[in-house]
Amino acid sequence: MTEIDRTGTPLIEMRNMAKAFGGIRAVDDVTVNLFPGEVVGVLGHNGAGKSVLMKMLSGALPRDSGDIYVNGQLAEIDNPRDARNYQIETIYQYLALADNLDAASNLFLGRELVTPMGLVDDAQMEAETRKIMGRLTPNFRRFNTPVAGLSGGQRQSVAISRAVYFNAKILIMDEPTAALGVEETRMVAELIDELKKQGIGIFLIDHDIHQVKALCDRASVMKNGKLVGTVEVDKVTEDDLLGMIILGKKPEHLAA
Amino acid sequence: MAETLDEPTRVQKRNFFAALELDTRLLGMIGAFIVLCLVFNVLTDGRFLTPRNIFNLTIQTVSVAIMATGMVFVIVTRNIDLSVGSLLATCSAIMAMTQTLIMPQWLGLGLEHPAIAPVAILVGLLSGMIIGAFHGWLIGYLTIPAFIVTLGGLFVWRNVAWHLTGGQTIGPLDQNFQLFGGINGTLGETWSWVFGALAVVASLYGLMSARRAKVRHDFPVKPMWAELTIGGIITAAILGFIWTLNSYQIPTRRLERMFEARGEVMPEGFTTGYGLPISVLVLIVVAIVMTVVAQRTRLGRYIFAFGGNPEAAQLSGIRTRALTVRVFMIVGALCAISAVVASARQTFHSNDIGTLDELRVIAAAVIGGTALAGGVGTIYGAILGALIMQSLQSGMAMVGVDAPYQNIVVGIVLVLAVYIDILYRKRTGS
Repeated sequence: MTEIDRTGTPLIEMRNMAKAFGGIRAVDDVTVNLFPGEVVGVLGHNGAGKSVLMKMLSGALPRDSGDIYVNGQLAEIDNPRDARNYQIETIYQYLALADNLDAASNLFLGRELVTPMGLVDDAQMEAETRKIMGRLTPNFRRFNTPVAGLSGGQRQSVAISRAVYFNAKILIMDEPTAALGVEETRMVAELIDELKKQGIGIFLIDHDIHQVKALCDRASVMKNGKLVGTVEVDKVTEDDLLGMIILGKKPEHLAA
Repeated sequence: MAETLDEPTRVQKRNFFAALELDTRLLGMIGAFIVLCLVFNVLTDGRFLTPRNIFNLTIQTVSVAIMATGMVFVIVTRNIDLSVGSLLATCSAIMAMTQTLIMPQWLGLGLEHPAIAPVAILVGLLSGMIIGAFHGWLIGYLTIPAFIVTLGGLFVWRNVAWHLTGGQTIGPLDQNFQLFGGINGTLGETWSWVFGALAVVASLYGLMSARRAKVRHDFPVKPMWAELTIGGIITAAILGFIWTLNSYQIPTRRLERMFEARGEVMPEGFTTGYGLPISVLVLIVVAIVMTVVAQRTRLGRYIFAFGGNPEAAQLSGIRTRALTVRVFMIVGALCAISAVVASARQTFHSNDIGTLDELRVIAAAVIGGTALAGGVGTIYGAILGALIMQSLQSGMAMVGVDAPYQNIVVGIVLVLAVYIDILYRKRTGS
């Protein structure tokens, strides 16, 4: 694995992010960053605040305070459209597909291709979908059925195709392999490597320590809304990571 | 990859109907409708399927069918609109007052001024859209449930209409306005044939260009004979419908009066048919526009996406609250169009116009396959649903079934239709 160059401007820097629901501080003064070609795992128990942190970046949740910098520039991200304009794409585990629409309609949802008359160009969109999905899942044929009828892996590849098609620079993946089988998980892993090579930065939300060790360059661990610490995964053991997640304690050899 | 394995077997199983790639649900509904018509025709000794009755059926269906196309959008977005009948009444009252009081007296234009009908319709449309948008704002931005907002609207607009007219019947309405009512405004035989021919050309062109678009992108297309069969069925249906409406002869007395009105004398033995009612033409235009909106515009795509998964729609950057406002604004406009047709048909505005229409409209949409869970529904289904309901009602009236029993049957059919739909969806897995 090539060393990530972290001397330049980070692709994304989230500074002092905070979000509270009622009296509960879901995210409390968290600062993380992401460099081009890097995969940063965002770890923590359920309720640690990792999804909330990422939703503030994707524009799905408004933040209480904190600043987001994209390529060193202060960015205004207040809704999903803003995030898309910064080429931040999100792959949600369950949320982001309309089950009653087919793959092409989902892939282009919110950004439909239109004919000169302003009508949606279904044939063109299906052709583009066939092209992009042909690269990711060559066996996929069911372009004209609602995505409700697709397997977990196929649904996931629709979501991933969407991010790839629209040239994401920053990708947020929320447990992308949780619903997938072994073969499909391997496919997603390969895809992540491929995207890294293109200089795309990826935030990967995950529970699975093995997965994080295998896929990520760094890991930012959260507990109770606070950032426990960010570590390079090659320099820590799985036990170290578990200690961070469960006890909220940074490994001793890095603590100094 | 179980999905890819069973793909070839499915292709082999294709039979005649599969090759046509028709919506089997639509076929089922058309089948049910045909059976219904044939049964009533037998029970009424052939009076049900006469040109005269078919003509009446179509003009009776128009008002509910127009609103039902809008109700599809509302139900697809997981909402409901209980206020359409009352909104129709308010629009009708506003238009009636505009053409009998405001324009002739307050503005001093006098009765039967040529500007009256268009201005009245415009005022009605605007009122419907503003009220509809207001409902949508309450639902989308203030997040009051649609059921409550439109239940309130049911009371409010029914009685706003009452207030505007003082509870009086307002009429007769403007002669030009009455053209939209059905029997008082038809295209006549020649123009009906012209319209039919244009409709055939347009449908065949539509089929052809859809096929060409598929070929251009190397997508699989149906066999040519299947395309031709569908084209043939469509042509026969359109021309058959026009022929039927043209076969309903205008009574000699009425013809004589029409010639007199133009200062001419009717030639001996002259006969002519009514042809296509303008109100049905309005419904056809509404159906085409709404279908294009549903299938070929971003707005329609977002309506269905929101119905399928509201959260996904929002995360995709769709402005979901504005979407709700637009959907209810469309319904408001359609209520106004229905108000034109309904009041013109009875030639006056009455205090009870559109009463219980909300239930007929919802029933038509639901019988037409719109799922209350959201995300599923078609415009043509809703229109067919309205037609089935109306046929059932007038058929029973012709057979001599008493009013209470008619409503009992309609209620049972509604529940049964939805149950059959549930079974159908389970079986096809869609």
